[in-house]
Amino acid sequence: MSKEYETVIGLEVHVELATKTKIFCGCPTAFGGLPNTHTCPVCTGMPGTLPVLNKQVVEYAIAVGLATGCSITRYCRFDRKNYFYPDNPQNYQISQLYLPICRDGGVEIETPSGKKSIGIHEIHMEEDAGKLIHDEWEGCSLVDFNRSGIPLIEIVSEPDMRSAEEVIAYLDKLRMIIQYLGASDCKLNEGSMRADVNLSVREAGTRAFGTRTEMKNLNSFKAIARAIEGEKARQVGLLEAGKPIIQETRRWDDAKGDSYAMRSKEDAQDYRYFPDPDLTPVEISDAWIQKIRERQPELHTEKQARYKSEYGLPDYDAKILTSSKRLADLFEATAKLCHNPKKASNWLMGETMRLLKEQEMEPEDIRFSPVNLAKLIALTEEGSLNSTVAKEVFEKVFQEDADPVAYVETHGLKMVRDEGFLQRTVAQVIQDNPKSVADYKNGKEKAVGFLVGQTMKAMKGKADPGMVNRILKEMLKSQ
Amino acid sequence: MPMKDITAFTAVQLAEKIKKREISVVEATQATLEQIGQMESFINSYVTIDQEGALRQAQEIQEKLDGGALVSPLAGVPVAIKDNMCTAGMPTTCSSKMLEHFVPAYTAEAVQNLIHAGAVIIGKTNMDEFAMGSTTETSAFGITKNPRNFSHVPGGSSGGSCAAVAAQECFYALGSDTGGSIRQPSSFCGVTGLKPTYGTVSRYGLVAYGSSLDQIGPIAKDVADCAAILEVIASYDKKDSTSIIRKDTDFTSALVPDVKGMKIGIPRDYLGEGLDAEVRAAVLAAAKSLEGQGAVLEEFDLSLAEYAVPAYYVIACAEASSNLARFDGVKYGYRTKHSEGLHQMYKNSRSEGFGAEVKRRIMLGSFVLSSGYYDAYYLKALRAKALIKQAFSQAFQRYDIILGPTAPGTAPEIGSSLGDPLKMYLGDIYTVSANLAGLPAISLPCGMDSKGLPIGLQLIGDCFQEKKIIKAAYSYEQAQLL
Repeated sequence: MSKEYETVIGLEVHVELATKTKIFCGCPTAFGGLPNTHTCPVCTGMPGTLPVLNKQVVEYAIAVGLATGCSITRYCRFDRKNYFYPDNPQNYQISQLYLPICRDGGVEIETPSGKKSIGIHEIHMEEDAGKLIHDEWEGCSLVDFNRSGIPLIEIVSEPDMRSAEEVIAYLDKLRMIIQYLGASDCKLNEGSMRADVNLSVREAGTRAFGTRTEMKNLNSFKAIARAIEGEKARQVGLLEAGKPIIQETRRWDDAKGDSYAMRSKEDAQDYRYFPDPDLTPVEISDAWIQKIRERQPELHTEKQARYKSEYGLPDYDAKILTSSKRLADLFEATAKLCHNPKKASNWLMGETMRLLKEQEMEPEDIRFSPVNLAKLIALTEEGSLNSTVAKEVFEKVFQEDADPVAYVETHGLKMVRDEGFLQRTVAQVIQDNPKSVADYKNGKEKAVGFLVGQTMKAMKGKADPGMVNRILKEMLKSQ
Repeated sequence: MPMKDITAFTAVQLAEKIKKREISVVEATQATLEQIGQMESFINSYVTIDQEGALRQAQEIQEKLDGGALVSPLAGVPVAIKDNMCTAGMPTTCSSKMLEHFVPAYTAEAVQNLIHAGAVIIGKTNMDEFAMGSTTETSAFGITKNPRNFSHVPGGSSGGSCAAVAAQECFYALGSDTGGSIRQPSSFCGVTGLKPTYGTVSRYGLVAYGSSLDQIGPIAKDVADCAAILEVIASYDKKDSTSIIRKDTDFTSALVPDVKGMKIGIPRDYLGEGLDAEVRAAVLAAAKSLEGQGAVLEEFDLSLAEYAVPAYYVIACAEASSNLARFDGVKYGYRTKHSEGLHQMYKNSRSEGFGAEVKRRIMLGSFVLSSGYYDAYYLKALRAKALIKQAFSQAFQRYDIILGPTAPGTAPEIGSSLGDPLKMYLGDIYTVSANLAGLPAISLPCGMDSKGLPIGLQLIGDCFQEKKIIKAAYSYEQAQLL
């Protein structure tokens, strides 16, 4: 009979910070752009250039550290990590080894068996490398240094996670904290959040750690979950077969659902870390920390509680709305504009979520403004749109951030509330459907429904169903 | 005025004459180029001579002077720049095959300060490859010869700059000093060179050797020139995180012959074993001269002096091994013609592009940073550095300046040094401490040995006390003229 195994997982999460400029020079950090257009002598490693630290990077790192309960290193420093690779223009990366800016924190996650806390070993600041583009056609490799020098923080967890679910919950938690702080948009698919998984297995009940592997190239939560399951199975398989697990770095191929070894510990490089003499140590005062602490925005757990108390939203709604900073911001702005938090919540929870799912989008990809959603809510509240038309208009708002007032106007979608016009239409419907009228008179109440439907059809859906109902009943009675 | 007479002026003297319209900027530039034409085949102090550019700049600067748009004290004076400072549009080779054809896209801050002040840049001077060496013999572009005696080296690594000043191939030059690279060749060539307090002159655009030790400074005919040049190149630069804001950069105000009551410490450690007797005598005679002017001399034990050279080589090489990693054949500089794949390309480019001394120091630096050796070498060297700094701080509580020789001897013969690197490294014994402690220090001529080779006197000040060493150096120099 096979044994029970426990998976032990720790994560190294890289997050691109949302600064306007790079960590050591004034180049823009904007995503995209033609290759090597967001570069200067500093971030291309030209001889004689020197790095100058972007203070905003330190502030974001401190903000994340405070939000995750870390202690802040008052005297921190940058170190050089030396290795040769063409995407790394100086052939060393400026990072932090000896004195990382944050240490010893943790976050709480929710698991099916209750709350669990995941320790954070450290958070350090570093620079990103450029990107290699391999031109198979020309048989050469090209380097794009636009990403070189983009600021990163690396959040190193303790090996506290035991399943893919816990890993996802932890990542989700980190993502929400960092997004709420405005420190990063944390998009896995664009690489602004990247996670490496350190995983080992051990027999359930034992305390010693097994040999771990590090898994790279995980570009979505789903890929992370699959990689964890795959690696667990691979390691258990080896142990069951009496084979050793080799400490190594592996690359996950999500399409194949398999991983392969990149390098083993034996050929691990000696990075020859040493303090970067070009950068002076960063001294972080109590006053500076206090200033950052005072500026910390409301984080999602606090927001969730407030939504329930202030807006009277149910627990589930509050959870969904706060699950993304973008969604929460949109909700609050819309609610403020239309003075109707419940309706704002309904549109975001219902139609918005439906369309996001349908189009495989993340809340961060939402393009419409709270102003237009508020206008749409106002139109429905004043009774100018019925719900079917409103949904149609919302799709336009969702797709193109269309102004609902203008859209309804130009497409003539406004609900017709003209009594005389409706009476004439109803009269025509009654005349065209003698059988239904007869049915109604014979006591078949349901026939009204059909007649209302016919009227709405004749009105192309733009009639107020309540009015149609009333007029129809009045006219049938008086016949 | 005969061309020969023009090149004999100091930078300050020439600037005066240019201001009085006695000499035009073009005349001064032409005189310099003519001197270069006569001397270069013997000395080889330049890697690049920008004749056309220099004459064009001279014309432009004269126009600005005539229009009253340029009032800087050194406007119009031709200068040579050590070839490890970036100059936009002009090759910057570091005297290495690795950068033989490298033309930077930007100009080093110190050079930019000179350009703003109306300097005429004549060209780039030869040096030990990547500033690694004490003789200028490690240059990939030929040996520079000592203008005082062509069979001797000019010292290094700023040998080209010092030789050019000594041979009157420029009125002054910029050098860089990581372990004595301004002072030692100044001493060997009989010129005056000053290494400022670390952080006084921006390092932006100086191709790094040992980043925590590198400092740019002036090399000139006399102390007054050095003070005037330093006033122009010293600046706080936001592009250099180690740059320091200073409000006391009016260095020429210290050009007063007055050392009455000045306390001068002479470390016994700097007069002991290994010091050439003639050098010792000349340095002590210089001290006596200052004493005669009212200075108070005292010998003392600095201690730790024997740790300075090993600590220096560990730290400088460690930093260099990382600083020089960027020269890999990928982005710029030399790339091998023969390689299969990335790894081979790196290996061959660096093996072929770097000279022996550079490779030796990269290997030494990589070794001391390797896991398992980091604590034993690099950390220990950092601790030695801190202790040396402390020893100097204590000394400066008692003395205004410290006096000693610049180098243990005079310029060695060409070809006699590279065979024994350890011995060559020990030649840096009196200069490296100022770099380790970040102190300002000046070397100025204090006589000749029996072979007719110049001897250098070194004055070291506490951090930010350039004015004290300038005052003492000026006092000594003026006294020699009497």
